[in-house]
Amino acid sequence: MNPKRKTRLYLAVFVVVAVAGTTAALMLALEQNMNMFYPPQQIVDGTAPTATTIRAGGMVKDGSVQRDSQSLAVTFTITDHLGADFSVAYTGILPDLFREGQGIIVQGELGGDGVFAASEVLAKHDENYMPPELIDLAAEIEGNSGS
Amino acid sequence: MIAEFGQLSLALSACLALASGIAGLGYHVPVLRSLRASTVSMVVGQFVFVSIAFVALVTSFVNDDFSVAYVANHSNSLLPWQYKVSATWGGHEGSFLLWILIMSGWMLVLATRGVNYPPRFFARVLGSLSVLNLGFICFALFTSNPFERMIPMTPADGGDLNPLLQDFGLIVHPPLLYAGYVGLAVPFAFAVAALMENRVDAAWARWSRPWTNFAWAFLTLGIALGSWWAYYELGWGGWWFWDPVENASFMPWLAATALIHSLAVTEKRGTFKSWTLLLAITAFSLSLLGAFIVRSGVLTSVHAFAVDPERGLYILVFLAAVVGGSLTLYALRVAGRRAEIGFKILSREFFMLTNNVILVVALAVVLWGTLAPIGYEALTGDKISIGVPFFNLFFVPLMLTLALALVLVPALNWKRTSWRAVRATTLRALPVAAVLGGVSWYLTSPKSAVVLAALILAMWMILTHTLDVWRRLRRTRSQPLAYWGMTLAHLGFAMTIMGVAITATQSIEEDVRMAADEVVELGEMQVRFLGVREVDGPNYRAQQGVFIVTEPSAESFELRPEKRQYLAGGNMMTEAGIRGGFLADTYISLGEPLGEGAWAVRLHYKPLVRWVWFGALLMALGGALAVTDKRYRRLRERQSATDAAAKGAV
Repeated sequence: MNPKRKTRLYLAVFVVVAVAGTTAALMLALEQNMNMFYPPQQIVDGTAPTATTIRAGGMVKDGSVQRDSQSLAVTFTITDHLGADFSVAYTGILPDLFREGQGIIVQGELGGDGVFAASEVLAKHDENYMPPELIDLAAEIEGNSGS
Repeated sequence: MIAEFGQLSLALSACLALASGIAGLGYHVPVLRSLRASTVSMVVGQFVFVSIAFVALVTSFVNDDFSVAYVANHSNSLLPWQYKVSATWGGHEGSFLLWILIMSGWMLVLATRGVNYPPRFFARVLGSLSVLNLGFICFALFTSNPFERMIPMTPADGGDLNPLLQDFGLIVHPPLLYAGYVGLAVPFAFAVAALMENRVDAAWARWSRPWTNFAWAFLTLGIALGSWWAYYELGWGGWWFWDPVENASFMPWLAATALIHSLAVTEKRGTFKSWTLLLAITAFSLSLLGAFIVRSGVLTSVHAFAVDPERGLYILVFLAAVVGGSLTLYALRVAGRRAEIGFKILSREFFMLTNNVILVVALAVVLWGTLAPIGYEALTGDKISIGVPFFNLFFVPLMLTLALALVLVPALNWKRTSWRAVRATTLRALPVAAVLGGVSWYLTSPKSAVVLAALILAMWMILTHTLDVWRRLRRTRSQPLAYWGMTLAHLGFAMTIMGVAITATQSIEEDVRMAADEVVELGEMQVRFLGVREVDGPNYRAQQGVFIVTEPSAESFELRPEKRQYLAGGNMMTEAGIRGGFLADTYISLGEPLGEGAWAVRLHYKPLVRWVWFGALLMALGGALAVTDKRYRRLRERQSATDAAAKGAV
């Protein structure tokens, strides 16, 4: 092989290896840092895995928010208004737009006892905004109450 | 009447955009010859009519014309006047009108610089920009008309502007950011014109450079401001969340950063041409992708524009047309062209290439992490989100490698550099950098190897650049402004790296329950909570907490974070109390009342957090400085001199 071709071959091999390596790394990292979203129904019926970071969402059930008097611990219930409820335990400050009846998303781990230990509570920042995860759910609830 | 006037103006500007697009792109068609003479005036006309439309919308806001639906949804009679003005771009429709205004503004500035470029090439540039502007204006007119009326169901008062947006940040952040986003259309149009005219050469790169730098500087400022705004306004004390909308602005920035470097190589050495073209196309396409992400609502984000699938579809089709069209042109013109490679590993070219590879990989990571949820849902039907660790996992090593490459920059020459010259600059600086970095690292806790690496690399970068400045100044007194621009931008990058490394690892964050008169330790400081009192603002009522913070030096200061309830919408908002400093910020925000006078309180101590933005500011300043370099002006004079000579000959 002449040297020019050799250089080109090396370059091609290098590019292929680099692209393959980057893609593999991206896939792997994605796999490890990806949080699946589960609606209340799947949290309750056991579809959602325990002891791994996931997201769940629904509406905060009216009258379910309870604050501990001595710490920042708080518990509340998330419901889909279709019969699936689960409780969430969280320690910290809730976002401004966290309210009973609001659609929210929690991120954390589901315990064996069915209580969702949230590390993060995400509420929307705008009255008119609905997180895409909850759109299907909201439509379902609306459809159900309408019929 | 005013709103209708605005809408009419906008429609007129669309007609002008169509005409100047045809005139510019059809420059060579004989029938259109009479039209082409007026291309520039049609571009000016677009700006004039878009301005009228914009002023009409602002006027509707200032006059509280709630019969205009957009005004009714984003303003309120109680809103202070400066926010009534800035509320114009506080929602989807108005912010897009601002986008169009800025686009027309860039075109206006470009139109006045026509003498610098060959007429036919220049016509192509203006033509491409006009077609893009036409697409934007039609988007506004057909899917997001800000002038739509609500008659006869006119509300008595408006629904109010989202409290988060009632802030100085909203006044300046979107215009700057958009100036960057849309500014990238200019190098894009230059690339398209170069492809159409078959003149992808050093001159094209030289023409394109100032515009690219300028747009990049705006984008840098816009992103930094957005980060700062999120920091003090959202009340979480974070400055970057890898939120899809942040990523949407970061991706074009990464591409544009690669582009300004690649353009330098194309101008100076005549290589990397196809790559530079591709980057110019990519950077602007990513701007459009950003617009799609923000305005279609496909991804969960803190930035909330009301969701409308029709808009998303329009942008997607527009994006496909722009990307498809420009890439087809690229394939037709560039394919099969062979590049001459004439540089050694130890050369400026090679390190520019390294810089580009790193930035493009970083771009791929952000793109992947941002779009993966959409792809995943399309493929499996399951909804996922991508965690912050995903991005950090890649960004930490990538940015450190980039920093290492930057260390060598001052020592590198074009084509080839002797190993001795590189050694002379870099190795001499290494021990000093190691000592400085090591000592500052010794002061950190908890300690991490990554922080040590980041500190040493940043110091090293600063030292090699400073050494270079000193050496050059000794040789000749004056250096070109472009050189100062580059140095400043690189020093800014070093500063940002230090800021990120320190604030990400050394911040102290505590969420605590505090009763009145309780004292809590925050690092070495003591925070005393005096209690909460009621305060009235112009359009809100606030619970204001009063805190006394005592520093180790026994000096103390007061912070007054607020929890505001806005009268119009009933929205709650947290206004953090911040004591900003060059070396550290103290940040307190109120959570919720817990009864018996106790409150949930968030206490933050954030060392060097401001360096993240100061660094970005230096980068933007560097970019702007490079634009003012004499070189470009001299070129213009030379160009017009040759033109005049040519005219004289005819």
